[in-house]
Amino acid sequence: MIDKKEMEKTFTSKELLTDQEIRWCPGCGDYSILKQVQTVLPELGLKRENIVFISGIGCSSRFPYYMETFGMHSIHGRATAIASGLKASRPELSVWIVTGDGDALSIGGNHFIHLLRRNFDVNILLFNNEIYGLTKGQYSPTSPKGQISKSTPVGSIDHPFNPLALSIGAGATFIARAMDRDPIQLRELLKRTHQHKGTSLLEIYQNCNVFNDGAFEVYTEKATKKEETLFLHQGAPLLFGSGHDKGIWLDGLKPRIVHLNDRSADELWIHDEKDKTKAGLLVNFFDDPSSINHFPRPFGVFYEEEKETYEDALNQQLEEAIKLKKADINELLRGRNTWEIN
Amino acid sequence: MKSMKSKTELKTDITIIFAGDSGDGIQLTGAQFTNTAALLGNDISTFPNFPAEIRAPQGSLAGVSGFQLRFGSIEIFTPGDSADVLVVMNAAALKANLPQLKKGGTILADAEGFDLKNLKLAKYPEGINPLKDGSLDQFKLYELNISKLTRNALEGSGLGTKEIDRSKNMFVLGFIYWLYTRDIENSLEYIKEKFKTSPALIEANSKVLKAGYYFGETSESIFSRVEVKAAKLEKGTYRNITGNQASALGLLASAHKSGLKLFYSGYPITPASDILHELAKNKNFGVKTFQAEDEIAAISAAIGASFGGSLGVTASSGPGIALKAEAIGLALMLEIPLLIINVQRGGPSTGLPTKTEQSDLLQAIHGRNGEAPVAVIAASGPADSFDTIVEAVRIAIEHMTPVFFLSDGYIANGSEPWKFPTIEEVAEIKTSFARQRSSEDPKFLPYKRNEKLVREWAIPGTAGLEHRVGGLEKENETGNISYDPDNHELMVKLREEKIASIASYIPLQKIDSGANSGNLLILGWGSTYGAIKTATLKAIGQGYKVSHAHIRYLNPLPLNLGDLLIRFDQVLIPELNNGQLIKLIREKYLIPAIGLNKIKGLPFTTEEIYTKIKQLSTQRSEKQVSIQG
Repeated sequence: MIDKKEMEKTFTSKELLTDQEIRWCPGCGDYSILKQVQTVLPELGLKRENIVFISGIGCSSRFPYYMETFGMHSIHGRATAIASGLKASRPELSVWIVTGDGDALSIGGNHFIHLLRRNFDVNILLFNNEIYGLTKGQYSPTSPKGQISKSTPVGSIDHPFNPLALSIGAGATFIARAMDRDPIQLRELLKRTHQHKGTSLLEIYQNCNVFNDGAFEVYTEKATKKEETLFLHQGAPLLFGSGHDKGIWLDGLKPRIVHLNDRSADELWIHDEKDKTKAGLLVNFFDDPSSINHFPRPFGVFYEEEKETYEDALNQQLEEAIKLKKADINELLRGRNTWEIN
Repeated sequence: MKSMKSKTELKTDITIIFAGDSGDGIQLTGAQFTNTAALLGNDISTFPNFPAEIRAPQGSLAGVSGFQLRFGSIEIFTPGDSADVLVVMNAAALKANLPQLKKGGTILADAEGFDLKNLKLAKYPEGINPLKDGSLDQFKLYELNISKLTRNALEGSGLGTKEIDRSKNMFVLGFIYWLYTRDIENSLEYIKEKFKTSPALIEANSKVLKAGYYFGETSESIFSRVEVKAAKLEKGTYRNITGNQASALGLLASAHKSGLKLFYSGYPITPASDILHELAKNKNFGVKTFQAEDEIAAISAAIGASFGGSLGVTASSGPGIALKAEAIGLALMLEIPLLIINVQRGGPSTGLPTKTEQSDLLQAIHGRNGEAPVAVIAASGPADSFDTIVEAVRIAIEHMTPVFFLSDGYIANGSEPWKFPTIEEVAEIKTSFARQRSSEDPKFLPYKRNEKLVREWAIPGTAGLEHRVGGLEKENETGNISYDPDNHELMVKLREEKIASIASYIPLQKIDSGANSGNLLILGWGSTYGAIKTATLKAIGQGYKVSHAHIRYLNPLPLNLGDLLIRFDQVLIPELNNGQLIKLIREKYLIPAIGLNKIKGLPFTTEEIYTKIKQLSTQRSEKQVSIQG
């Protein structure tokens, strides 16, 4: 017999460690993400046995092996589809998808957009390092144009996906961006990701120090960070810059960068997570940081919307059908027209 | 009109082909007649044959839709090699189906479908009308003005010409009911139900149905009526069922017997979609149906559901199964139950979507990367789909493995009487989940196996069972990732042995007809059952020493199959492919089996198999004579 009290005890971060040796390269951004997830999970009021991590293929997708929860390291691109079936059949589980830019946006692109439009209540942690790491350094669907990689020795010629714009276009009900080097915000956003009822997409900029080192350094390094990042806070004006002296002002539907010398803070764009139009503008703050007059890259929650989840709608249909007609398997086998042979 | 009453002729069985444009309601006409014949106690077998296009150009050969049905007072196993009656709504329908009509058979043709436009569309040479040029003299030809008679019946109904013309199939149905001494009540009920939202359409269709019937009565001097009495089938209560319906019911019954929730996910594909439709109608049974964004998502979602402790099922046809291959490999690595239904159609690639074929057997057995064995099982007919799918689910759950259930277009859309069971009579399925553990218990080993080499089903939500699974090779028992060379070989062998050992938990192979040894064994699988059985019984009746065995369990094969095969001098394997089971049989039992292969998108006729039996038996006796001489 197992003591009930013991079963309901909240687990500790330590209990989330597995006996498996972690096989990511030393210095990989994945370590930080794993640490933040293990820190946050015990605070969410979940039972450990109700947590499931499902991943696809790639460096990030090794994640489930390092979490003492239920886990499945599945096949390339399909974690989103597998999670859909699990959540549809077991809505009470807390389902987390761990995926990368290649896994989610290239080979699994179809399942990714369809998961978002269906709005299952699951969490997607999209580790974006703008490179294929496990296959040793080919450009990915989020690599910037011109990326030099093993498969593009003179530079890639395709334009990258903007993952958050793609997501909002697919009907995502929660969109946020974090980075591996900002653990405090990452933990906060992991909590928000869990709290949202519906498909939550958290894109995490993750540094691959072996094949794409420094891809996000303008957002993480002291020298450039303040000028290049824009932290979103609900109800607060969009401010950035070394002295918090710059802001975003909306000229109709056209965002403009202004100096606080020219405009007061209350004239600025006030962040509203519920405003889809503004979210549509924000996800497009996606300029190459080397271009002139470019916008800073936003981090935080871009958008959140309450919408019926797929599993709720599915269960409701079932309940209504049951109310309407009692299930009688023998009657079903019998059908409507029968005849006797004597 | 003369007052002389025609006699009613008694027949043991009749084959009718209804044919017309794919928009003429041919399938509905066929299905209605089938139901009525079944209710009267006839044995029946049907074969719908329709184009892939929803509405191919009207009147064209590509747009011909056909429904063949055979009903009889004798036991029937096939929809008939050739037809006694051919009902055609236009010239193209005649051209496409005439080769199927028996010499001296009856043609009922709608005259309006043979106007200049229709003749041209059917590619008859200019100036040629087969109804007029005497080319059909060897048949009994009746030209009826079906379109005109329908319009007359609905004059003043307020319906437009288009709507009126759409109900001419009801005229045909009514007339055929009269011709075969059937009652129209069943179809009148059907019309009421189908058009319950439109009283005008109920009235119109009922009126036309009756008009067809009365037309028979008033013209009975011309036509002789035929009666086919009830068949002497096994005692019991029967219903009519198609293969896809039986598969869907089998799934619901399996869920009931196993105590599991059914999760069914699919992507629309011919000819498998009807299973999804059938299940989606029965949500009150708690079945969750999921129309996925593609074939890969469909199987992936089913894997997710199975991982969570539901009965995960996905269905498709050849091209879709090809897309699912990688995920099937994952499911077999995870060692979780999963049912994959393949309603086979003509291949390769998109192939012949609406035609039947058995060409995915080797795909089911071998079609994955790596050493990837799964169980494979095939239904032999529409009604048999029910029992076979219950067996497939039993194997999947009790042996924790993906199982292929093979059906095909012929089984899926064909129908026959089914002596349905009560749920209490359906075979039991034992389900068990791993129990929760406390910190004092030894660590849970997800890949520890029982005497059947089967691991436990440890589902999320169970405390103490937290573990990770995945597609990477895993260490024996712990399930941890392992690249150890010896471990990999061990795991490959274990997975192989696990599937092979299912053979100890399935019935031995039986002889279906004929003696347990002899000159010739016909070994079949899947939808060829009816044609082989009919041909075998005929040959036995003619004094040939021939037997028929039909394999349901294709992987693993029944333990006694090898012993059974060597008791016959010759083994003939008829298949609707270029020779697939024969490869497996030759490889495993090293016997010189003989193939009979048909790859035309159509089922075997009884005659084709009978001819081969005669040929092989004659050769055999000549050989023996020459040896003795």
